[in-house]
Amino acid sequence: MVEMEKQVLTPVNENKSQKATNFKWRNIFRGDNRALWTILALIIILLADRMVSPTFFTVRMINGRLTGSLINTLDGAAPIILLSIGMTLVIATKGVDLSVGAVMAICAAVSAVLINRHEAGSDNILYYPGFVIAIAILVGALCGLWNGILVALFDIQPIIATLILMVAGRGIAQMITDGQSPTYTDETLAFMGQGTIFGMPFPVYVAIIALVVVYLLVRRTALGLLIESVGINAKASHYTGVNATVIKLFVYIISGICAAIAGLIVAGENTYADPHTAGMWSELDAIVAVVIGGTLLSGGRFSLVLSAMGALIIQSLRIGLYISDLHPNANLVVKAIVILLVLLLQSKEFKQAVGRLFKPVLKLRPVFK
Amino acid sequence: MKSRFFPLLVTFLVFSAIYAYCYYHFSSFGSMRVVCNLLRDNAHLGIAAIGMTFVIISGGIDLSVGSVIAFTGVFCALMITREGMDPYLVFAIVLGMGTIFGAVMGVFIYYFKIPAFIVTLSGMFLARGMAYVLTTESIRITHPLYIRVSKLVYIFPDKGRFTFAAGAFLAVLVIGIYLAHFTRFGRNVYAIGGNDTAALMMGVPVGRTTIMVYTLSSFLATFAGIVLSLSKRSGDSTITVGAEMDIIAAVVIGGTLLTGGVGYVIGTFIGVLLPGVIRTYLTLEGSLSPWWIKIVVGGLLFGFIAMQKLLSTRPKLFSFRRQVRPTTVSTA
Amino acid sequence: MSTNEQPALLEVRGLTKTFTATPALSEVDFTLYPGEVHAVLGENGAGKSTLIKVITGVYKRDAGTIHLNGKLIEPRSPGHAQELGISAVYQEINLIPTLSVAENLYVGRQPRFLGMVSMQLMNKKARKLLKTFNIDIDVTRDLSSYSIAIQQIVAIVRGVDLSAKILILDEPTSSLDRHEVETLFSVIRSLKEHGIGILLITHFLDQVYEISDRITVLRNGRKVGEHLTKELPRAKLISEMLGREFTETLGKRSNQITNSDSKHDTFLDIKGFAKRGMIEPFDLEIKKGEIVGLAGLLGSGRTEMGHLVFGINRSEKGEAYVESKKVKISSPRKAIRYGFGLCPEDRKVEGLIADLTIRENIILALQAKLGWYRHIPYKRQEQYADEMIEALHIVTTDAEKPVRELSGGNQQKVILARWLVSNPELLILDEPTRGIDIGAHAEIINIIKRLAKEGKALMVISSELAEVVDYSDRVVVLRDRKKLTELTGDEISEDAIMQAIAEK
Repeated sequence: MVEMEKQVLTPVNENKSQKATNFKWRNIFRGDNRALWTILALIIILLADRMVSPTFFTVRMINGRLTGSLINTLDGAAPIILLSIGMTLVIATKGVDLSVGAVMAICAAVSAVLINRHEAGSDNILYYPGFVIAIAILVGALCGLWNGILVALFDIQPIIATLILMVAGRGIAQMITDGQSPTYTDETLAFMGQGTIFGMPFPVYVAIIALVVVYLLVRRTALGLLIESVGINAKASHYTGVNATVIKLFVYIISGICAAIAGLIVAGENTYADPHTAGMWSELDAIVAVVIGGTLLSGGRFSLVLSAMGALIIQSLRIGLYISDLHPNANLVVKAIVILLVLLLQSKEFKQAVGRLFKPVLKLRPVFK
Repeated sequence: MKSRFFPLLVTFLVFSAIYAYCYYHFSSFGSMRVVCNLLRDNAHLGIAAIGMTFVIISGGIDLSVGSVIAFTGVFCALMITREGMDPYLVFAIVLGMGTIFGAVMGVFIYYFKIPAFIVTLSGMFLARGMAYVLTTESIRITHPLYIRVSKLVYIFPDKGRFTFAAGAFLAVLVIGIYLAHFTRFGRNVYAIGGNDTAALMMGVPVGRTTIMVYTLSSFLATFAGIVLSLSKRSGDSTITVGAEMDIIAAVVIGGTLLTGGVGYVIGTFIGVLLPGVIRTYLTLEGSLSPWWIKIVVGGLLFGFIAMQKLLSTRPKLFSFRRQVRPTTVSTA
Repeated sequence: MSTNEQPALLEVRGLTKTFTATPALSEVDFTLYPGEVHAVLGENGAGKSTLIKVITGVYKRDAGTIHLNGKLIEPRSPGHAQELGISAVYQEINLIPTLSVAENLYVGRQPRFLGMVSMQLMNKKARKLLKTFNIDIDVTRDLSSYSIAIQQIVAIVRGVDLSAKILILDEPTSSLDRHEVETLFSVIRSLKEHGIGILLITHFLDQVYEISDRITVLRNGRKVGEHLTKELPRAKLISEMLGREFTETLGKRSNQITNSDSKHDTFLDIKGFAKRGMIEPFDLEIKKGEIVGLAGLLGSGRTEMGHLVFGINRSEKGEAYVESKKVKISSPRKAIRYGFGLCPEDRKVEGLIADLTIRENIILALQAKLGWYRHIPYKRQEQYADEMIEALHIVTTDAEKPVRELSGGNQQKVILARWLVSNPELLILDEPTRGIDIGAHAEIINIIKRLAKEGKALMVISSELAEVVDYSDRVVVLRDRKKLTELTGDEISEDAIMQAIAEK
């Protein structure tokens, strides 16, 4: 009955013009007011970093290379941002990809081994730097395809499906490098990790380009919508004709490609591929970045930009702890506490429990009205 | 054919086949020396894996165990060597800490309904981080007790050394089997893993059992840390990185269903020893590279998960009649 | 009320339960005697499940009394109700499939020997317990290796063994075949002999007449009648359930344009679709511009028929022709490609993508049909959304609101809009008017009629007989998972439909 009244009272579409302006913002930060919290957290942490180290925001040009804590933060965050892009899409479909660290190691290993052949004088065009990068990315895509097949076609729980590659992946990477950590001198591959353009580290460009490309890919096509739709309500999506299999294959492949690029960057930084440590624990960093970015682990609406901010938050924390007088090894502890806080704030049950605790206080409210 | 036993049977057959193959090539696999070394080298993994078995049977997962093992080792080393505390007191304190740690994770998982995987992931960061904060050095322990424990060895006629760690592993195994099959707690864990809402309706204390499962897992991981510290006689915050994945793999290879409800502690025992056998073989063989262990474990993991999938979606193959899921019919 | 020499086992008087202003039960009386099977019947929203939930302590009652053996009881939870002697067995079996039969019987109360849970003792006890009901099965096997019927019986035996005096069976037979129903009924009969009172809820009228002693009919939360089964003719039962008298001719037919003429082409022709446990073989033909109503009681197979046509469940046999071309409807995606659309019965679970906006929900089906690469430009999306908001009078401030914030009627319109945008040839509507306010109700019926005029084929499932009679060109009548008959043109009336359902 109330409804019918409303119908009379509310003219349909009264504020069309206003809507058009709000609309684009919403599209970038898909998380409604979640965006606010993430941005706020990033600002607070950056300010805290500034307090710890007065020179945090100071950027100097030394030998044609920008230096400073802020630049280091961006540079160090680049691989996490890359991983978080793929991870965001995977988590939005109600999945998770535990294998990204192992995939990084595999792709780093592939690039190092192939470029070594080039350096050894092989004329095979496949060993040219450009091809090596392409092959490494292709290998990452294949790893993603494997995960995607297990999840989408065999219907295995994502945690379990990607666990397989996580366990076996480092073994595969070691097999590729024959148990070594091959070093290389190729400048193109080194540029992936160390290069600068206009003084800015190259990985920062890669992360930004990847972010823009994937953003356009999911938001300028229907992929983003379909990913969210599958993550929110798989059954209803099935009834509406959404092809969840293709969507899931796609997100795991993207995740694999992102991991491959991150692996190339990490290898390039050191100009060697260590199959044991490359990408160690990065899967967890990526998951945490996505969670901080406001995408729920239960899938649904996602924002790539906010996940990237989540990655920046993680890296700012790390750098902040590193340059501060605080214990440099407290990084993991702080990270754990941050995740738990974010999760508790997202937990309906926790809010209810807190609500019950403060009920007597809240009850007083109407008095002040 | 009871389909519950099928994965266990496969585990057993695979293990026997691999062991037989190894024995065929190296007759030393028949000696107590190899057997004792297997038990000793895998004791800490095995003890934690038995805790993990309960977690996975209950339908959950615990990613924190590797870090808890490392933290325990570092804590013991620091307290005993640097602070000069009595080892027994240190063990009691660290076991208490581990127990509380697990219980808190259980509370987060059950009461705040946060996915187990992310809660225990934070637990993993926390425990590892605490270990780093304590120290990043490797600290030797030279307390007389540690020397005494290292001398607690039964030596078989063929020089096989049955150490304290091996003994602790077998003892925990027996206790684990007892808990799983002969206590109501154990049966309740199976019930929760099979169908938690039904278990609740049938009067199973789901909350208490869930919290106890994570408590048990952390307690056993702590105990595993103590055992490792006793046999290594040192504490190092960088050990057992990624051990949780090996442990989960061992549990799955041991025939426990990752979806919960089905599994055997004895299967986990075999699942833990399997990579050990392969490692021993590779060492004896000499020409094969060590990374094959990870690849073989990954392959086995895939094989078992694929088998589980087949079992759960097409039980017709293994059981008398397919379970017909009641179709959703509108109810008033 | 019949006289009964025995004192009542369970006496419910004046039971009332209200959810956010709408009464789910008002002043309901219910009496259960020892050793009888008392069926509670009613359509959707009649209050059957609320009644069970109040008796088993899931909900707290607002008013009324419950006496068990003459003593006033206050069940606080299903566990507490069980302690008092009231056990319930639901259609979704609440047992643990991965445990053995014996363990399922004794979960939470495993027999112990010297402080240890003893499997031998448990198996022995389980075997003995099942013997008393003439069930002889291997109790050490997994529960999931047995048929649903056996699982149901295990649940019943468990309930009874927990000192139950009253057993509530909610739709126990809905996924059983005839033989399994027999097995179950023999157990129920032996329970009767043990003096246990059984409250039975089922959609199968034949079974009601076969097993029950007494029937209580509920409608819209009120008790409309209580009868001895043998004294109640089927036709009367059905009219009570539907709330229509046979003599009255309510609901005039407005749709006099008989579209079923030969000048209209057949859109869909289905021959012999069937699925075991869901629906028996049926033929169905739908012409362009025709509205086919599916009538029948709850659980008669109406929804199942829709699901089979839309490919949600794959038909085990039979053939389908779309515009005389043979097709294979193996999934909703396929069905959509052939030009079908379905508005499901359970909006929240099967229809809406709750966190997405109205606009996104509206364009979803079209977008899914186009594929991910052929993105509908945002401008166009907004146009679609605005057009639909206007055409269907969806009440909202703008199209960028998450759809979960809308009321039920508006949500239903959003789902309708989703299909209208994708322009299907055949639209299957499952209970399109359930749970929505009167204004929206009339609007939706108008939309249905308009669509038919535009030449769409419609298949409408509804429990509102007046509604079905109003707009249908043809009515398919179902009962007990079987298509009974078809009524066309002037044959269509509420009387005729009820007659068809009641016929033996």
